[in-house]
Amino acid sequence: MSRTITTSDKKPAPRPDIIGGHTLSMYVNNKPGVLMRICQIFARRAYNIDSLVVSQGRDPRFSRLTLGISGDPAGLPQIILQCDKLIDVIHCFEHTPDNSVVRELALVKVSVEGGEKRTEVLQIVEHFGGKTVDLSEASMIIRVEGASDKVDAAIRLLNNYDIIETVRTGKVVMARGEQST
Amino acid sequence: MAIAKQEEMDGAQALIKTLNELGVEYIFGYSGGAALPMFDALETVESNIKFVLTRHEQGATHMADGYARATGKPGVVLVTSGPGAGNTITGIMTAQMDSVPMIILSGQQVTWMLGKDAFQEADIFGITIPVVKHNFLVRETNELPKVAREAFHIATTGRPGPVLIDVPKNVSQSPFTGDLDAQIDLPGYNPEKAMDIDSSSLEEAARLINLAKKPVILAGHGAMIAGAEAELMELANRTESPVTSTLLGKGVFPESHPLSVGMLGMHGTAYANKAICECDLLINVGSRFDDRIIGQADKFCAQAKIIHIEIDSAEVGKMIVPDVAVVGDAKVALKQLLPMIEQADHADWLEHINGYKKKYPLGYKKQGGLRMQQVLDEIHELTNGEAIITTDVGQHQMWAAQFYLNEASFKWISSGGAGTMGFGFPAAIGAQFACPDETVIAVAGDGGFQMTLCEIATAVIHKLPIKILVLNNHYLGMVRQWQELFFDNRESGVDLEGNPDFVKLAEAYGCKGINIKRPADVKKKLQEALDYNDGPVLINAECVKTDNVFPMIPAGAALEDMLIEPPKHKMAKPVGST
Ligand SMILES: Cc1cc2nc3c(=O)[nH]c(=O)nc-3n(C[C@H](O)[C@H](O)[C@H](O)COP(=O)(O)OP(=O)(O)OC[C@H]3O[C@@H](n4cnc5c(N)ncnc54)[C@H](O)[C@@H]3O)c2cc1C
Ligand SMILES: Cc1ncc(C[n+]2csc(CCOP(=O)(O)OP(=O)(O)O)c2C)c(N)n1
Ligand SMILES: [Mg+2]
Repeated sequence: MSRTITTSDKKPAPRPDIIGGHTLSMYVNNKPGVLMRICQIFARRAYNIDSLVVSQGRDPRFSRLTLGISGDPAGLPQIILQCDKLIDVIHCFEHTPDNSVVRELALVKVSVEGGEKRTEVLQIVEHFGGKTVDLSEASMIIRVEGASDKVDAAIRLLNNYDIIETVRTGKVVMARGEQST
Repeated sequence: MAIAKQEEMDGAQALIKTLNELGVEYIFGYSGGAALPMFDALETVESNIKFVLTRHEQGATHMADGYARATGKPGVVLVTSGPGAGNTITGIMTAQMDSVPMIILSGQQVTWMLGKDAFQEADIFGITIPVVKHNFLVRETNELPKVAREAFHIATTGRPGPVLIDVPKNVSQSPFTGDLDAQIDLPGYNPEKAMDIDSSSLEEAARLINLAKKPVILAGHGAMIAGAEAELMELANRTESPVTSTLLGKGVFPESHPLSVGMLGMHGTAYANKAICECDLLINVGSRFDDRIIGQADKFCAQAKIIHIEIDSAEVGKMIVPDVAVVGDAKVALKQLLPMIEQADHADWLEHINGYKKKYPLGYKKQGGLRMQQVLDEIHELTNGEAIITTDVGQHQMWAAQFYLNEASFKWISSGGAGTMGFGFPAAIGAQFACPDETVIAVAGDGGFQMTLCEIATAVIHKLPIKILVLNNHYLGMVRQWQELFFDNRESGVDLEGNPDFVKLAEAYGCKGINIKRPADVKKKLQEALDYNDGPVLINAECVKTDNVFPMIPAGAALEDMLIEPPKHKMAKPVGST
């Protein structure tokens, strides 16, 4: 039985520029409009927000933001100060891979019609420590998580199969040791 | 009719009561449906607040701005939703660019209609995010007093700026049951850290200052905001440095002082710009190194060490990377710095700069018609440099900056960062309200004056003795100058044909009008205007149509490439934008 699954990102172009991008974390007031203030600063200076994760803080008056940013590194320190200057931003830090832990999660839907493909895909999933979270006759959804480059590598390998769509959470970051995020 | 008990109050009344407690004297504004509860509260709450009805919301913002720049206290604006709030954008942006404290209260549609394109709904919160220091959309009646206190705190501390409070009509109209004295809660805002300055940066600054042979002090608007006049004077005397100021720093150091070299930058004095090009140390106290003063950034003061004293860390290194950054309030910084500074002897350096003062003085031709420079020179003399001068934007503004030497802070009020035409006259109204006993002179071009001239009515109603000096060249002169110099004199969109008879226009509003046509009449007619105090007086000075402002550094060019007089060769189009 063959079914066509409609999707808007049928032909995914891998985004290598996410790798090595800058990772910022912000601790902000949990209020409407805060994100607008932050996004305007990046847009004005032609920085791209590659990924964005927002979640409520342990104290519900505040939120955590992790942003993956690409753009001219020379201007970034000033942009960080501009974000920090916003009344609604408690603090804004840049994190590098050596002083922080960065993780993200991806869901990948692969078309697996015909049994031998399915076995190969499952081998890749196992290699990356992923999981199959949904399975139908025509497709399966795989969950991979880890550092962004690991997720990228898994998706790169899966690109050899018929990927229907991918969804990534975007990276979350936490500073190592005593430093605050 | 005063209201007695707190439980009878609505949100609007609680808000006006709070504004009164915060010391608001004047609110400039324009009424409308969504703001009705706030307007009504102005009548029902006993307060010292006086409301000034303007003729346009933009005028209200510039009046609040002029009031703020003349006093250091925030100016307050009250407008309705949608078009009313929309008309404030230029004025808010003007205040934001020049670090001016301002509170804008805008009425708004009821909360349950927001986002539905309801009548006169505009997302003024979203629209103003890029032009405010902060803004609020209040959804709870009981939050109003707290938000007002937070807005004032934000507008007036740290680097000042405008704060907008959007108040939906149901929020202002509902009963107030909260705490009028609710404390502010701004965990992300710590302006007090500006008072705590890194001592190692001060020590390093002192070391550079004590080593310098040819220091120059650049006094910016931030020095004025900090109230650092005395410390600046002490620093100048102790280091024997020439002192230049930005357009917005005019007056923080007396411009007639022998150490003053006047304004630097695009239309600054030749000697200020030469001092910048030759110094070995630049001490910037509270200026943000605007592109109009640095020209080509990589050549600016390339030969010198640079110290930047600045309250806003996001300004440090933004345009120019300093050798030493002192982050904090300028007054506190200078107070802590001064004990480390030795008395210098820079007689040779000062002598050298004085040579430039003699060689390249500011001047103007006395023949060939009436020149704006003469009018400004004479008004300076007649008022002993003591008047409050507000300006509009253009050639008249630059000549006013050159010829009206300011001796004290808060007496020079000009739109610098935004360069907003239409600013000068309403700003003078705000300044005159703030300082009823001072002589306030609005210097305007014939172009910019026509953008907000409807406010003559406001000045007449309140019998404000403002001197409106329209320097009339029948041109958008500043733009025409660029077209003459850089676009083969091809005039495009600069001829102000159809100008009204300004004196008749003034008279139509019940304002006195005076024409000046001949250079010989200037003194007498200006004196007549200065002696008239029964209300505003408009002086229309018919000036030479095609004069140009010099010195000039073409936008984006290096200070070394300054044109001290008209160029003899064809000029390339400037690389800097404006
Ligand atoms: C037609 C035209 C021509 C112009 N030509 C010139 C020109 O030739 N020369 C010129 O100078 N300007 C010129 N300007 C104005 C120019 O665009 C800028 O507005 C001006 O140079 C800014 O001056 P500033 O940096 O002192 O003030 P602002 O822009 O107000 O900046 C003030 C700085 O001080 C800081 N500050 C605030 N409070 C404190 C505190 N308590 N302690 C320490 N720091 C503080 C602020 O953070 C900010 O960085 C022109 C404008 C127009 C419209
Ligand atoms: C609102 C606004 N529109 C346009 C400009 C661009 N602009 C700068 S100076 C100028 C000419 C001003 O003419 P006028 O007011 O007559 O003054 P003048 O230069 O002739 O003294 C113009 C159009 C501006 N600064 N502000
Ligand atoms: Mg003109």
